[in-house]
Amino acid sequence: MGEVSLVDVTKRFTSGVGAAAHTVFALKRVSFTIRDGEIAVLIGPSGCGKTTALRVAMGLEQASHGHVMVDGREVHGCGYDRGMVFQHAELLPWLTALQNVQFGLEMKGMRGAELHDTAMRYLDLVGLKDSWNRRPYQLSGGMRQRVGIARALAIDPKVLLMDEPFGALDAQTRESLQIELLDIQARTGKTILFVTHDLDEAVLLADRVVVMRDGELQEIVDVALPRPRGDIGRLRSSPAFGEIRYRIWKALHQAPDVVH
Amino acid sequence: MVDLASQNLSLDASGRSRRARRKPLPRWIISTGTIVALLVAWEIFGRDINPVFGSYPSAIAVAGWELVASGELVRALAESIQPFVLGYAMSVVVGVPLGLVLGRFRTVEAALGLLVTGGYAMPLVALVPLLVLWLGLGFWVKVAVIFLMCVFPIAINTWLGVKVVPKPLIEVGRAFVAPDLVILRRIVLPATLPYIMAGLKLSVGRGVVAMVIAEFFTAISGLGGIIINAANAFDTARMFVPIVVLMVLATLLNALVGTIERRVAPWQAEMAGNHD
Repeated sequence: MGEVSLVDVTKRFTSGVGAAAHTVFALKRVSFTIRDGEIAVLIGPSGCGKTTALRVAMGLEQASHGHVMVDGREVHGCGYDRGMVFQHAELLPWLTALQNVQFGLEMKGMRGAELHDTAMRYLDLVGLKDSWNRRPYQLSGGMRQRVGIARALAIDPKVLLMDEPFGALDAQTRESLQIELLDIQARTGKTILFVTHDLDEAVLLADRVVVMRDGELQEIVDVALPRPRGDIGRLRSSPAFGEIRYRIWKALHQAPDVVH
Repeated sequence: MVDLASQNLSLDASGRSRRARRKPLPRWIISTGTIVALLVAWEIFGRDINPVFGSYPSAIAVAGWELVASGELVRALAESIQPFVLGYAMSVVVGVPLGLVLGRFRTVEAALGLLVTGGYAMPLVALVPLLVLWLGLGFWVKVAVIFLMCVFPIAINTWLGVKVVPKPLIEVGRAFVAPDLVILRRIVLPATLPYIMAGLKLSVGRGVVAMVIAEFFTAISGLGGIIINAANAFDTARMFVPIVVLMVLATLLNALVGTIERRVAPWQAEMAGNHD
């Protein structure tokens, strides 16, 4: 199982000091549920609160109001039921690829041969078995993010939380990682919550797209495309893909205060 | 895909080494050149000066040889280095953990931050008489002076280093539910190493200065003792010998710290692309 819910979550940030202090609402009473085994994509313009929603779900940020449920149980703070993939991989630069994957497992208490073998298995899953001994600066951006994914998957979380993980990659690397992520998800059946501002990426990966605006949930769009997604090039140019893309685009551009 | 990626890497590596080979002059030649030029100029102009008011390299070398031959220099060096090593080691053992907790825990920072910043600016020379009253004239007062001179820059550098550890790296620790102390040891400490090493290097110079101060103001002994005795006898060439030895010593110790740095933090030099 791996069902995540944000229940009536509000997140306030206070910036400035004294008289200059002002409160910003990053999230305003946001509720949604990610179903077991699905890929849900959070999309919206920068500053819409999508990353904050993900960080609240992870437990890196504490909700000012409301709470987070995993499989029906309220959670506080970070936990091994959720695995985080960071925007810029954030590998520890002094550790090798293998040691980076081992890090989370060690924190979880794994030791010895099991530790090595498990980490190696997940490096293999992301196609980096042969680079196990390289340090992050010896890896390309795409390879680094693969290690980041392996590190998060290795602790066997119920849910994978991904914060614009492919945003900094070039178009080709990004596409190959998207395909690989779909493949990994098909094999492991993990629930994934994925943040992006890229419309194509959202349609390509998602079962459902959660559109956010100004800290509020705007609309949830179902992506009725077959799984596995198959030939991505063809899928991208298909009318069904374009239709869904357009619906999300419209949700993103709907200005509630403008009446025609 | 993996193939492509590894090809990319090998291209990268060969490109870098080709660039390294094209480099015109090795650093050590330039450094030696500067020193030789300085010595030659000093030799030429220094000879015209009254030997009480100044000296020149060849006279210093002769005086140095005399000190070596009589065994005085080696004895003095041994005398000086013992309190230095102990005082310096103590300042590392205290300064690094102090800096780590200062940077990581707000309460500690609020409680001790001002004291450490103030301690760095403390006019140590003025305190030496007091230290003598507490610790006597012997070995331990020298250790204390060296320790007090070195511990603050090490703590402050470590503290600053902790402050600039990228927040996402700490969040990696939090995301994997690492306890605070584990985050400190496994993430903050390695990420701060370049700053710690810079503090250690800074402290080598300060420690050498502290060592000489201690030898001036407590029991006159060691290299500082030779300096002050020679100065009192107007033997300027002889006075310069320990000064040169101390400068060489500090440079060697710095190089030693640099070597240790490349041992414990090899990724740092490699990331910056410094292969020499």
